[in-house]
Amino acid sequence: MSLSKIKFDKKIVLSFWIILIALIIAAPTLLPVFRLNLLGRYLSLSIVALGVDLIWGYTGLLSLGQGIFFALGGYCAAMYLQITSSSEFPNNIPEFFALYGVEKLPFFWEPFRSPVFTFFAIWIIPALVAGLIGFLVFRNRIKGVYFSILTQASLLVFFNFFNGQQKLINGTNGLKTDVTQLFGQMVGSESMQRIFFWITATIVIAAWFFAKWVVKGRFGNILIGIRDDEPRVRFTGYNPVIFKTIIFSIAGGLAGISGALYTVQSGIVSPQFMTVPFSIEMVIWVAVGGRGTLLGAILGAVFINYAKSLVSEALPASWMFIQGGLFILVVTALPEGVLGWIQGDGPRNLLQRFGLKRKIETYPSLEVNNKEGNNE
Amino acid sequence: MNNKDLLNLIDITVSFEGFLALNNLNLNLKKGELRAVIGPNGAGKTTFLDVITGKVKPTKGEVIFKGKSLVGKKEHKIARLGVGRKFQSPRIFENLTVKENLEISVSTPKNPLNLIKKSIKDEQLNEIERLMKIVNLAQKVDSKAGSLSHGQKQWLEIAMLVGQRPDLMLVDEPVAGLTDEETDLTADLLKSLSGENTVVVIDHDMEFIRRLDSNVSVLNQGTVLCEGTMETIQKDQKVIDVYLGRPED
Repeated sequence: MSLSKIKFDKKIVLSFWIILIALIIAAPTLLPVFRLNLLGRYLSLSIVALGVDLIWGYTGLLSLGQGIFFALGGYCAAMYLQITSSSEFPNNIPEFFALYGVEKLPFFWEPFRSPVFTFFAIWIIPALVAGLIGFLVFRNRIKGVYFSILTQASLLVFFNFFNGQQKLINGTNGLKTDVTQLFGQMVGSESMQRIFFWITATIVIAAWFFAKWVVKGRFGNILIGIRDDEPRVRFTGYNPVIFKTIIFSIAGGLAGISGALYTVQSGIVSPQFMTVPFSIEMVIWVAVGGRGTLLGAILGAVFINYAKSLVSEALPASWMFIQGGLFILVVTALPEGVLGWIQGDGPRNLLQRFGLKRKIETYPSLEVNNKEGNNE
Repeated sequence: MNNKDLLNLIDITVSFEGFLALNNLNLNLKKGELRAVIGPNGAGKTTFLDVITGKVKPTKGEVIFKGKSLVGKKEHKIARLGVGRKFQSPRIFENLTVKENLEISVSTPKNPLNLIKKSIKDEQLNEIERLMKIVNLAQKVDSKAGSLSHGQKQWLEIAMLVGQRPDLMLVDEPVAGLTDEETDLTADLLKSLSGENTVVVIDHDMEFIRRLDSNVSVLNQGTVLCEGTMETIQKDQKVIDVYLGRPED
């Protein structure tokens, strides 16, 4: 029994959903296409943030390498789009190959001719890579800061590999998607972008429900147990390696979906998705929004990125300072993040400090019990 | 070693870079026995539990539990075989509620698929209710475990241990920081658990050990100094020397 939990009754929840869905449907007519596209991109980033919240907020695994899985998803989507739109180019292969004198399609591109394969590859390949990396790391009981360093090192390995492979995946230039065709339409066109926005919004909601389902009940409780006291989980008869591998793999899959949606809306995938700062930013979104709240991860990703684009338009080059300040603020003043602060006693304490709200009794449970007694 | 033994520790030696935490330790436990283990600081009491539960691999020697060797097995495998452990300071999941803590301990099988697909079984819920009554936490079902008092945390951890239904319960200092009344209740609880379960209790508190009214093993410098009832060991000259100090030391 706690005072702090805000109780939503059913009517409020229902009207929240109606407004949200109405906004999503109406967004394309309300927003200019440029803003709509930005919002769509940021919504897709919120999916990778959900994954970060699952592994970091719930399980305590601070990964600084989610960019790997994000980029893998993006590359899967871009390879499909490039290869299915390459009929007018020499040798019927994507245009960039001609620059490096490649005449035959590298073998691993072949399966990406199939839309069905691509649909699964976008999330299964990143999930498998994450599962493999995770299993090897967790089996050797590498945790804490060593885990973070290891994920960042893996990120750099992937970055350097993708950056150097011109003949395989166009190296540092990346793969463009905005001039490719999907279902007979240009991917970068206005109508396609509108559809991508709706798809993204739907997937964000689906991913949110999926993440909530994962953390509810005993499975989620084990994740929290691993975060708080892993040896205790082990001595109770659970194998934390399997749980950690599963959740890391789920986060990898979510990152892949996120990367694919981001790629088709930003028009290109490149090794820039695997730079160190970008993966750290993902962690900042979750830290600011609120660890272990799921919704906080979504809001953090969308609002910070939107703020970033607005600030960058008004005061170029100042964003890095603001982002750094935001992070320092969260670490020092709001360790639970904004949503965690609201769900805790944050607003009440602030009002009390300014004398705007009566202080609660020293024994809140007494007060609560009395109130409940009166209601009955 | 005979068939009635649940656990045999045979010539266990644990060396931490030359320091012998356990030195040729031999100890046998019968099924259903309640055994107290005492010893001065650094005698190897906690290392002894670490060896049984797989946290520390012995440098030499064998641990036989229900006829099988435990040496080299992972902690969670040993726990599943039926060895439960309560830690020195209460280790419960503070961010989970009392009920969620107990759910984690009573759930079987302990694999991810079972936890995510199926909801908890009715008999397990009944078991949780029974346990909460035994340890007087029925009022606190939905409270965060972190908000409990120290004594309640100790009891919650004991309840979690019982909920695991282990054949062997290893209880490390269960009464540290408890009031006299709570200590007595804990002693009664542990006594009532033996018989069906085999219980090993480690503690310093002599009054508590006396109340357990069980066989006592005295550890010193990593080896068993003497075994017997409380009366016998209190008269034992070696034990007196260890606890009171020998003149020539």
